[in-house]
Amino acid sequence: MKGKPFTHLEKLGKSGRASLLPNQVKITVGFASCGVAAGAQAVLNAFSSGIKKRKMDVQIQKAGCNGMCHQEPLVEVWIPGKVRLTYGKVNKEIVQTILAAIKLDAIPEGALFKTPLGITTDTCCEDVPDNTSHTFYSKQQRVALRNCGVIDPENIGEYIALEGYQGLALALTEKTPAQVIKEVEKAGLRGRGGGGFPTGLKWKACRKARGKQKYIICNADEGDPGAYMDRSILEGDPHAVIEGMMIAGYAVGASQGVIYVRDEYPLAIQRLEIALENARKNKILGSKVLETDFSFDIRISRGAGAFVCGEETALIRSVEGECGEPRQRPPYPAVEGLYGCPTIINNVETLANIPALVKSGAKLFSAVGTETSKGTKVFSLVGKVNNVGLVEVPMGISLREIIFDIGGGIPGGKAFKAVQTGGPSGGCIPESLIDLPVDYDKLAQTGSIMGSGGLIVMDEKTCMVDVALYFLRFLEDESCGKCTPCRVGVRRMREILEDICEGRGTLNDLDILEKLAGTIKESALCGLGRTAPNPVLSTLKYFKNEYLAHIKDKKCPAGVCRELVKYSIDKKLCIGCGACLKACPVDAVSGEKKKAHKINLKKCIKCGACSEICPAGAVLT
Amino acid sequence: MKLPRKNKINQIVGKYKEDQGTLISLLQDIQSEFGYLPKEVLSHVSGTLDVPLSKIFAVASFYHSFSLEPQGKNTVSVCTGTACHVKNSGNLAESVSRNLGLEKDEETSTDGEFTLKKVRCLGCCSMAPVVKVNEDIHGGMTQVKTGKLLQQYRKDNK
Repeated sequence: MKGKPFTHLEKLGKSGRASLLPNQVKITVGFASCGVAAGAQAVLNAFSSGIKKRKMDVQIQKAGCNGMCHQEPLVEVWIPGKVRLTYGKVNKEIVQTILAAIKLDAIPEGALFKTPLGITTDTCCEDVPDNTSHTFYSKQQRVALRNCGVIDPENIGEYIALEGYQGLALALTEKTPAQVIKEVEKAGLRGRGGGGFPTGLKWKACRKARGKQKYIICNADEGDPGAYMDRSILEGDPHAVIEGMMIAGYAVGASQGVIYVRDEYPLAIQRLEIALENARKNKILGSKVLETDFSFDIRISRGAGAFVCGEETALIRSVEGECGEPRQRPPYPAVEGLYGCPTIINNVETLANIPALVKSGAKLFSAVGTETSKGTKVFSLVGKVNNVGLVEVPMGISLREIIFDIGGGIPGGKAFKAVQTGGPSGGCIPESLIDLPVDYDKLAQTGSIMGSGGLIVMDEKTCMVDVALYFLRFLEDESCGKCTPCRVGVRRMREILEDICEGRGTLNDLDILEKLAGTIKESALCGLGRTAPNPVLSTLKYFKNEYLAHIKDKKCPAGVCRELVKYSIDKKLCIGCGACLKACPVDAVSGEKKKAHKINLKKCIKCGACSEICPAGAVLT
Repeated sequence: MKLPRKNKINQIVGKYKEDQGTLISLLQDIQSEFGYLPKEVLSHVSGTLDVPLSKIFAVASFYHSFSLEPQGKNTVSVCTGTACHVKNSGNLAESVSRNLGLEKDEETSTDGEFTLKKVRCLGCCSMAPVVKVNEDIHGGMTQVKTGKLLQQYRKDNK
């Protein structure tokens, strides 16, 4: 590659390479929000003091998350010239073992996998699997998450060392804006935030639109409960998003960008601020980007906690400082958006795909995926599944492969019941359909949607009526109130579901629910309202027997709905450990040590503290 | 009514005028200074900026992260995201409420030590159920563990 931008980047990349793979041992602690929640700070402290005490010449660094959340706190050890190893569930004892081995110039034992970075030479540890052959990763293909957990997100050099800003440089030197758009169109990239709209088409419309100023907005208002890939990308690889925005800016003719981030993500905001500052300092962001005539700058706009602001017209209102109420479309934001100017709104994951797409070309990008859904998709695999975490898989993989091969199945020998996709706009997919290949259209056929990629796995102990009620409560609370179908309709549906869960439901309620759902779907103003009935409709479609059990038998088969369950202790399973007795806040449990315990139903408030703590699974509902 | 920390307020309002910030960012700054949005401060801002108080109140009440009531010394946020919900975070929130002796719909304990918030997904779904106390996130929580955690904060506050 020739031209000023590339020589500029080459200089910056040199220092990055040196810090990515230094000539001394480097220990990297996974420091995304989830890692911190699992105790990453204590691990970091243990390494710092251990290194000092042993007088070792070892570098310590923080990184993002590699997606293996079930193994947090995660630590990587780089043995110079040899190998980069990852260790899971690291505690203070493991820290000492790792340091002791390094001190003796040995390879610390117990690594989960090794990561060949292309620029490393793996000459040892043949018994440790490569990251690509580890069961958690073997079916994954990491494009949007390519750098998460690999680089120091606060070091722009490390991003550049791994081909960072090369896509931008390539676009600026060798492609016209129209060619960039053509490439994105040809690649078949569709919006990863939920809508699935073709990104190239959006860009084309904005390029055509007239306006003195144009804007690129990154939608980082990741509101779907159960989805956290955007947080992880912003915390682990903020420059990928910045580069994606800049390429978008070049393509549509915009010079200003805004990242609208949820207020709940303070660490993401902090890392973004650092990344933006570093990019400006290194003449990548600002006027005369990479010594070309292209200028672009980005500011951060903090959200204030409103789910509806994920909807693009509401988001624009919020960036403008107003109440986030959606408006009718058209006009679409690509024509009339922020401050009335043509505006592109792309989701974090979509933008993180752009640099890789431009760098490697449409052909390579679209070689992965299905007919209508190209590339990879990140899913947050959570709920009742063994290997929880962020997984990035080629479109077209089956839900079964994700849940059972990558996710390792359901914990505690329980039976799989459903997987919820698409957040509050999505639905619950039953076991009979989990062999479907995952893409935008196949998921829509089931009555759910791809959404932003939350996959919440549910087992036999999850009540599907309660899940439907949960989403309706969420949506009722988050409805902006502007249109009646959503404001009143969703509330009415919630009231009916509450009746069913509390034992007052009638068969007629199910008809009313379906009718209401139809009306809301057709008449609500924005996506939040129009998709609000989905969780109810999909559970009614696939789990009608659970609704009937609540209505006819006044029973909750999963043992969740409080008004319909009674707590008891299985005499045969109870080991008499007394844990429940201590946990009960109302002294409803009695029993002698090592003998079966009993619950006094007159006192029991059905709080579930006993079943949560029971090590033998003896508390029944 | 006497205005608390007037210099600071004027500084925030001045910054807003200069950078042409938005009403949301202005309210965020006020909230981070006071811990909530005091009525007298909002009235003052309304007068200084010539923005109707009704508009300020509309924005302040539209967004969940704003609070019009004084908050406790510690904020206990119980995540109610889907992954946390299927792992019984509803029961967990109730146990915190019981622990703090809160009446129904009450958020702040009478001694002013704790405010309980049921929050939207914190994005730490892999650690569900999750409880955040102030800025510290705790994963894999049970009712018993959460009780102990609150006890720890009570002790540390003394």
